[in-house]
Amino acid sequence: MSEPKNNIAPRAAVGAVSKGRKTTMERRSFFSWLAVGWIGFAGVTGGFFTIILRYLFPNVLFEPPQSFKIGFPDKFAPNSVDISYKKDFNAWIVRDDESIFALSTVCTHLGCTPNWLATDNKFKCPCHGSGFRMTGIHFEGPAPRPLERFKIGVADDGQILVDKTKSYKWEKGEWENKDSFLKV
Amino acid sequence: MNITALKSLIDALSAPTISFTILTVIFPFIFPPSDWFEKIHRKSGLWRIWTKLGGVIGMILITAFFVIGYFDPYFNKTLTKADNFPIVLMIYSMWFYIWLGMFKAYRNDIRLDQGLKPNEYNDPDDKVLVWPDLVYIEFIALILFQVFLIVWSIIVAAPIEEPANPAATPNPSKAPWYFLGLQEMLVYYDPWIAGVLLPTFIIVGLMAIPYVDINKKGDGYYSFRERRVGMFIFMYGWVVLWLFLIIIGTFFRGPNWNFFGPFEYWDIHKVEALTNVNLSELLWVKWFNQGLPSNILIREGLGFVITGLYLFVLPVILAKTYLKDMYAAYGPTRFVTIMMLGLVMLALPIKMYLRWVFNLQYIVAIPEWFFNI
Repeated sequence: MSEPKNNIAPRAAVGAVSKGRKTTMERRSFFSWLAVGWIGFAGVTGGFFTIILRYLFPNVLFEPPQSFKIGFPDKFAPNSVDISYKKDFNAWIVRDDESIFALSTVCTHLGCTPNWLATDNKFKCPCHGSGFRMTGIHFEGPAPRPLERFKIGVADDGQILVDKTKSYKWEKGEWENKDSFLKV
Repeated sequence: MNITALKSLIDALSAPTISFTILTVIFPFIFPPSDWFEKIHRKSGLWRIWTKLGGVIGMILITAFFVIGYFDPYFNKTLTKADNFPIVLMIYSMWFYIWLGMFKAYRNDIRLDQGLKPNEYNDPDDKVLVWPDLVYIEFIALILFQVFLIVWSIIVAAPIEEPANPAATPNPSKAPWYFLGLQEMLVYYDPWIAGVLLPTFIIVGLMAIPYVDINKKGDGYYSFRERRVGMFIFMYGWVVLWLFLIIIGTFFRGPNWNFFGPFEYWDIHKVEALTNVNLSELLWVKWFNQGLPSNILIREGLGFVITGLYLFVLPVILAKTYLKDMYAAYGPTRFVTIMMLGLVMLALPIKMYLRWVFNLQYIVAIPEWFFNI
């Protein structure tokens, strides 16, 4: 550095005045302090966001089990929709002429929860007016595909077992799968 | 005409198929974008909307509508809902500011015709100092608005409902008032388009206006005739495709997202049979009388062709024929940008009419890929 130490206006240095004595910081040490500062800053923010991310994965989840028993097949009348599993399990149990199946209650347009309108014989979404027939097939409003069906089968004790971890999409031809409905 | 007949007339007219059509058809006569429209605009007396008398009559009509609505048992419910109060304010303020802008523009148009300078050049209050004039005005406005918000929040209780329950979505389930236009768009489009693509286009399009509009006239003063095409396009997008859709969403959408006139009872069992079909189903099943092809691209081929023609071929044809002068004046980049923004904007009313007239759900329907147009 060619400048004198007591230059009043140091050009390429970050200076501080304390107790009347001028102390200047060399360019080299400024950069090493800058590095320390940045590492500290990155460490703190990194730790902060790590903690926030950790909160997204709680240790205990208070939600109903993904698979549940819904009773024996004769509990469900032909051509009826059972809405009693909607609140806790987000599923409608539908029985048509020949089979029982479990429909997801998530509208395939934007994810609202449609209502079963028994008098109109359809599921109708209150958000954008999508309508689905009892089978889950979409027919009005903007929903681009039918409601999804959950895996359904018979448990060891003869009760119907619905497994929500596996869902079947009509548009992929998965409703042909024998796990997507229960012959009665 | 008695009041009941008037109410049922308004109910009938407010059906979106009718009200939207009326608004779209008369719009160019209210904001005339060409000489032909201008001539009828003058002859029919529609220009009087933008006089002082027109402004007052507009205010009176809006107020009369709300007063009749207030004493109507059904409209009263939607009108006095705490959520809908901003819409009432919006209708008044939007009418006032659109009228004010057009009033000043028309006054200037007359002056410009006479070879005079716009009114703003003679206005001693047109140019004010930032400090203290502008800052004081802003400060006073801030305080008054704060007072208004505090009074509002004390008088009207917050429209908070019971704790959220995923099993019971409110029926109808409405977005905040400023998103109701968006929610209307979602009725006609896939969420990816109406919820992501179109809002992006709106924001980018608004930001692009200063770059694509090279008309130097009207800088610093109000004028309609000097920039009538731009004003017409903007006003249609703003008033019809945004404000009017918010009004539809607020007052005309009831249970199950069905349409209801403002004075109509919100019958939850109102049945509107709307069995939708996709273009591919129309093409293969109805016209060709066969099953849908298993190859997705062949199945949706016609939809892709139509979309491609609309978005990519139509601008080229327009640049060579009808909009030749515009293409020469604006250059390829600006022209393409304007075309893209304009065609995407126009796609909304086109899709609405396709749904209303032909029950057409999607032009390209590929639920397998979550791709629907």
